[in-house]
Amino acid sequence: MRRGLLAEYESQGALVEAAKTLRDAGYRRLDALTPSPSDEVCDALALPRSRLPFVTGAGAAIGGALAYLLLWWTQVVDYPLNVGGRPDHPWPAFVPLTFETAVLFGGVATFVGFFVACGLPRLWHPLFEVDGIERASVDRFVLLVDAEDPRFEATETRARLDETAPRRVASFGEGEGA
Amino acid sequence: MENAEALLLGRPSDRELTERFVTPGARAGGWLRVGLWTCAGLTGLLVLSIAYTVLTGIGTWGDRIPIGWGFAIANFVWWIGIGHAGTFISAILLLLEQPWRSSINRIAESMTLFAVVQAGLFPLLHLGRAWFFYWLVPYPSTMEVWPQFTSPLTWDVGAITTYATISLLFWYLGLIPDLAKARDTKTGRARKVFAVFAMGWRGSARHARHLKIAQLMLAGLATPLVISVHTIVSFDFAVGVTPGWHSTVFPPYFVAGAIFSGFAMTLTLVVPLRRWLGLEAVITRRHLDLLAKLTLATSLIVAYAYVVEPFLAWLSGAHFERHMYLEVRPFGPYAFLFWLTVACNVAVPQALWLRRVRHSPWVLFALSILINVGMWVERVMLVVTSQHRDFLPSSWDVYLPSWVDTSLFLGTLGFFGLLMLLTVRHLPIIPVTEIVEMKREELPDGPAEEGA
Repeated sequence: MRRGLLAEYESQGALVEAAKTLRDAGYRRLDALTPSPSDEVCDALALPRSRLPFVTGAGAAIGGALAYLLLWWTQVVDYPLNVGGRPDHPWPAFVPLTFETAVLFGGVATFVGFFVACGLPRLWHPLFEVDGIERASVDRFVLLVDAEDPRFEATETRARLDETAPRRVASFGEGEGA
Repeated sequence: MENAEALLLGRPSDRELTERFVTPGARAGGWLRVGLWTCAGLTGLLVLSIAYTVLTGIGTWGDRIPIGWGFAIANFVWWIGIGHAGTFISAILLLLEQPWRSSINRIAESMTLFAVVQAGLFPLLHLGRAWFFYWLVPYPSTMEVWPQFTSPLTWDVGAITTYATISLLFWYLGLIPDLAKARDTKTGRARKVFAVFAMGWRGSARHARHLKIAQLMLAGLATPLVISVHTIVSFDFAVGVTPGWHSTVFPPYFVAGAIFSGFAMTLTLVVPLRRWLGLEAVITRRHLDLLAKLTLATSLIVAYAYVVEPFLAWLSGAHFERHMYLEVRPFGPYAFLFWLTVACNVAVPQALWLRRVRHSPWVLFALSILINVGMWVERVMLVVTSQHRDFLPSSWDVYLPSWVDTSLFLGTLGFFGLLMLLTVRHLPIIPVTEIVEMKREELPDGPAEEGA
């Protein structure tokens, strides 16, 4: 979300009410800044479920498969070692490393996937230019309306936000007058 | 008098919570400087003893055949075990939706991370030629051989690497929103440093949704991982045929001991930090009480293992097994280690049945020190006793650590303390974001917290 309007509230309840009002008015590209993650806010914004579990699953599957392949190839094919006539392909002995590698790949994929999904790291963002936005991580609750939203119209949206009794309404991002 | 049942004392507003607790170390007094310098001194000792070991060889240690594994392996097992309680608190209690874990979460996770660092040092040095550590990694080389992957020692490499990596990622993921809070409440250079490490987190609900799921996924991975790590560590012993090691009870026994010693270390850290940083409002007596109960529960599992082991040895009828469990350990040259283990790990924790003990922080602290000692002694006892009586009585010998062994161990204690205290001093050691979330879920928007 590069530009749009923001409305600031003093409680999570007020933010949730405002978010529902805007959803009902047909706005879809909404977001919120809150001091701590909140399922209530996410539900009010009707955010889609995160698809990160698929990333974790894919990472773990690839990691496990690669590990087993490597173990099998090095121990069974390339350099078989006969220790006291034990089986040529001792799959139980391959379980621990297959599991550890699956966890490693799954974990790293989740971590990287999280940053990709969020578009982070991004040290500068238009929102950081808004005066007093720091309080959104302390005790302010901010509703964001994307200027790309089909229903977005600067004056009308602002009027609609004003009706939800915010502390203030401000614009952010380039090309928008305050 | 404070309410013994509360997870959060008073009704602090979000602003008070954030400003007081986002970097509580900034208010720390002179004790922190004393602690830092002491730990830095011991870290210096660690560096010297590592340098001496690497330049001279591990002949500087007390290890002599038949005792090829001494302090170093015991230290490794002990340190890696300490970490397990941190993962238990951060991952398993997250999946079980226990809100009380929030306040001590970061301390426990940091403990895990830094304990794994200490643990990793010992196998590395034990290689003798530590600079060839990469031979443990399967890479195509002109030597045309591969690591022997059916040996538990190579599984260990994978387990520890994965455990260290996942612990670091999990720790950092949880830290991001708190780093952003630190950025937004600081000024000057601190603000810039926190801004870089917060990676531009802005508290967006869309991002938060991903964060919660990512944390849940990592917790789901870390839960079986933590069980697997000490299981594999126990395989280092149990897969061999040495009497006293070759036992199927080892994996659960090691995992229980690991979590037990980790809870003790959590108490050792939390009790003084809570007092010195003034964290009583967020780490309440309820937290200490719950930690004490978990310590007691895991102590009972460990006690059960102490009984089952000799019973199985007796039941097996194997001469060497019976000799090890029923004669050598309780009455041999290391009998004092055995009885100290039983005293510290079985007898001492029974005091935790008393509510009055669970509610006296400094008594808990003293008990936790005894348990730490007990668990360390247990590891030494397990590692050493099984080797000093070989199958041939002519090979019997007694192990004594050298000054290098002792310095390495003290050095890792110092290095662990140094890393912990630096984290406490500079980073958000209290996960304020999670506490604010917990508070909102437990006490929804009330008039007391609205407005500013």
